[in-house]
Amino acid sequence: MTGQGVIVLGITSAIARAMADRLASQGRRLVVAGREMEEVERIAADLRIRHNADVTPLRFDAVDFDSHAGFMADAAAALGGRFDGVVLCHGAMADQADAQADFALTKRMIDTNYASAVSVLNLAAERLLEGEQGGGPKRQGRFLCVISSVAGDRGRPSNYIYGSTKAALDAYLEGLRARLAKAGIAVTTIKPGFVDTAMTWGLPGMFLVAEPQMVARDMDRAIKKGAAVVYTPWFWRFIMAVIRAIPRPVFNRMKL
Amino acid sequence: MEGALGLLGPARGRGGESEDTIDPLFPRLSLRPPRQAAAGRARGLMGGTRRSVQVPRFRTMPLTSWGNHPVEECVVARPEKVRDLLAAAADPSVASVISRGLGRSYGDAALNAGGGVLLHERLNRFLAFDPETGTLECEAGVSYEEILRVFVPRGYFPPVTPGTQFVTMGGAVAADVHGKNHHREGSFAEFLESLTLLTGSGEVLRCSRTENADVFWATVGGMGLTGAILTVRLRLRPVESAYMAVDYQRAGNLDRALELFESSHAAGGSGGSGGYHYSVAWIDCLARGKSLGRCVLMGGEHASVKDLPERLKGGPLEIRPKKRRSVPNAIPSGLLNSLSVRAFNAVYYRSQRGGRRIVPYDSFFYPLDSVLHWNRFYGKRGFQQYQVVLPPETSRQGLVRLLEELARSRRGSFLAVLKTMGPSSGGMLSFPHPGWTLAVDLPHDPSLDEFLAGLDRITLEHGGRRYLAKDAGMRREAFEAMYPRLGEFCAVVRRLDPRGRVSSSLARRLGIVDGGGPGAGPRENGAAASAGSSAIGAGEAR
Repeated sequence: MTGQGVIVLGITSAIARAMADRLASQGRRLVVAGREMEEVERIAADLRIRHNADVTPLRFDAVDFDSHAGFMADAAAALGGRFDGVVLCHGAMADQADAQADFALTKRMIDTNYASAVSVLNLAAERLLEGEQGGGPKRQGRFLCVISSVAGDRGRPSNYIYGSTKAALDAYLEGLRARLAKAGIAVTTIKPGFVDTAMTWGLPGMFLVAEPQMVARDMDRAIKKGAAVVYTPWFWRFIMAVIRAIPRPVFNRMKL
Repeated sequence: MEGALGLLGPARGRGGESEDTIDPLFPRLSLRPPRQAAAGRARGLMGGTRRSVQVPRFRTMPLTSWGNHPVEECVVARPEKVRDLLAAAADPSVASVISRGLGRSYGDAALNAGGGVLLHERLNRFLAFDPETGTLECEAGVSYEEILRVFVPRGYFPPVTPGTQFVTMGGAVAADVHGKNHHREGSFAEFLESLTLLTGSGEVLRCSRTENADVFWATVGGMGLTGAILTVRLRLRPVESAYMAVDYQRAGNLDRALELFESSHAAGGSGGSGGYHYSVAWIDCLARGKSLGRCVLMGGEHASVKDLPERLKGGPLEIRPKKRRSVPNAIPSGLLNSLSVRAFNAVYYRSQRGGRRIVPYDSFFYPLDSVLHWNRFYGKRGFQQYQVVLPPETSRQGLVRLLEELARSRRGSFLAVLKTMGPSSGGMLSFPHPGWTLAVDLPHDPSLDEFLAGLDRITLEHGGRRYLAKDAGMRREAFEAMYPRLGEFCAVVRRLDPRGRVSSSLARRLGIVDGGGPGAGPRENGAAASAGSSAIGAGEAR
């Protein structure tokens, strides 16, 4: 896998940075992208120095959909014309009550978590498929790895607007996975529980909080295995199975 | 303090909103307490912009440093972006802020009871490196551990390192840390080219020996009180191997130790070049009588490739990761007592035969880092490290008196270290000073501060000073007498930060800041509030 080109979106998130660190240490060439260029450039410099890695910082604004095609072209160019994988880490979470009261916040979550992912992954899928039609040799190890959330597994009153954007993302990825499977391209859905990042810092009621490095390790393994859906840390698969199994009459009376 | 926070009202996220935007009909997330309760625990930063989806937050939590004493409730931010650090530093919901790295200062230097603490641990990016000169520019949250991991395999080493690698560059500047080579090469400042500083008034200053020099020298050793250090530029040294050639020597008493230091260990005073590059002595503080001050001296050099055994010559810079053990959190406070420490010291002293050994750099520089959380050995009550430096003229006499007091008190010091120091760096509150430095770890108990105040009197009588990075209980009068450049330091701080935005528990305890500026009310608990109103540091500065 050495030398493979990977695009990491939402690089200023702690999980993305931990993931890029792993990828760079494996000798992959990277495009790291995010909206705040000053931060993106700092992270790129850091990866270069730590790993002697080939890292290109690019600006990527998830909710500026019209810019995505141009971004994909630039990213591919920076990686020598084509890339082998995309790790999508950008996302937004607003407080449920605030989002209920203010549709602008809801829309921001829909745009960031769902619409932007669809837009950019559609483009990425086309690029990964390039050359397939001509009957050329299949390139190995191509992947799309996308961070979703355990919140998408069931709409809970406390967080269902955010959760619904992730559920939509899950359904999209399910379909994309089936479509790209024929071409040998893995689509991996990552479902983290609570992770110790800026998104959760200071939120009351956090438990079983995982380090971003641990999530990145799980993501890396999932990519190497070509896994479909991975909960991280692993026990969230069981926690969410229990939550999904709660009968509706009971669920409706619970504060979840 | 509470009033200021109360105004901000509820918040997961947004500081400026009022209660009435909350619809009580919607259920709360059961994982979280009701919003009213949450308001005290999580406070937003960005004030009222409803569009913002993610905002940095504070988290109110008990915080302590390496000595596990004191433990104080602080309002803590952990920014992941520079912008978020700037926002947190300026956030009106906290009365004051202090930066914190990895919490390896021992006492209250990185605590701010009731006030803001800015964690720099996620602002740890390397920004530029020049392999020609070994010059590294990085964010202040980068630790020695990271520098070593990245640069030792490339043949570079941090030129001045403290006894643990879990110290950030910001912390290294703030304490002007010294290492086992201070007698030869001075403190961290010697290799620090420049830094950028976010001042209490929100300005970002580049500081060096030629640019904002007074701010530079106030920041070096300034315990974070000039502001948040954002980036540093320092020079690494080239090394041939990741190994050290170390000579061990026993000295049966203090005079013998000082003699050995002066003859073979320290080139410092005599100016010769024959001394060891690195030297330090482990000292048995419980030995009395004619064994008073018995030591094991360690002198080290960076091993060159030709010094290495054959099996290591193939990969002289390779680091072999060591397994780190951790100490559980349930050690009773009395485990380290004079009996157990005496037994350990006797065994350790006798087990050290003389001779040269080649050891990996971490065994020489960071022996205790292989046991994570070793501070837990002292149990819940924690411990303090008492470190002082005494000038050469009075060292012998002063050391004898301090060691006699320690031995008489039967306070078991598991870790006690003696070494020589060379010239000071020029940092206004910098600790290192020519002479001898003694550091002892002492289990905390209610009478410890009184005992240490007695040691402070001895230290002062001999013209010495105590290290702020280790201090958790020094009295202001002693501090003011030990640091003659305090007035100069306070003048710089007052100019940079007229409203007293930057403060720490240590700063208030020692009266370095008065904490009484507008909008920066001092904490309510403890003596600091009353101390603040009559700050002698302030009087001196004006």
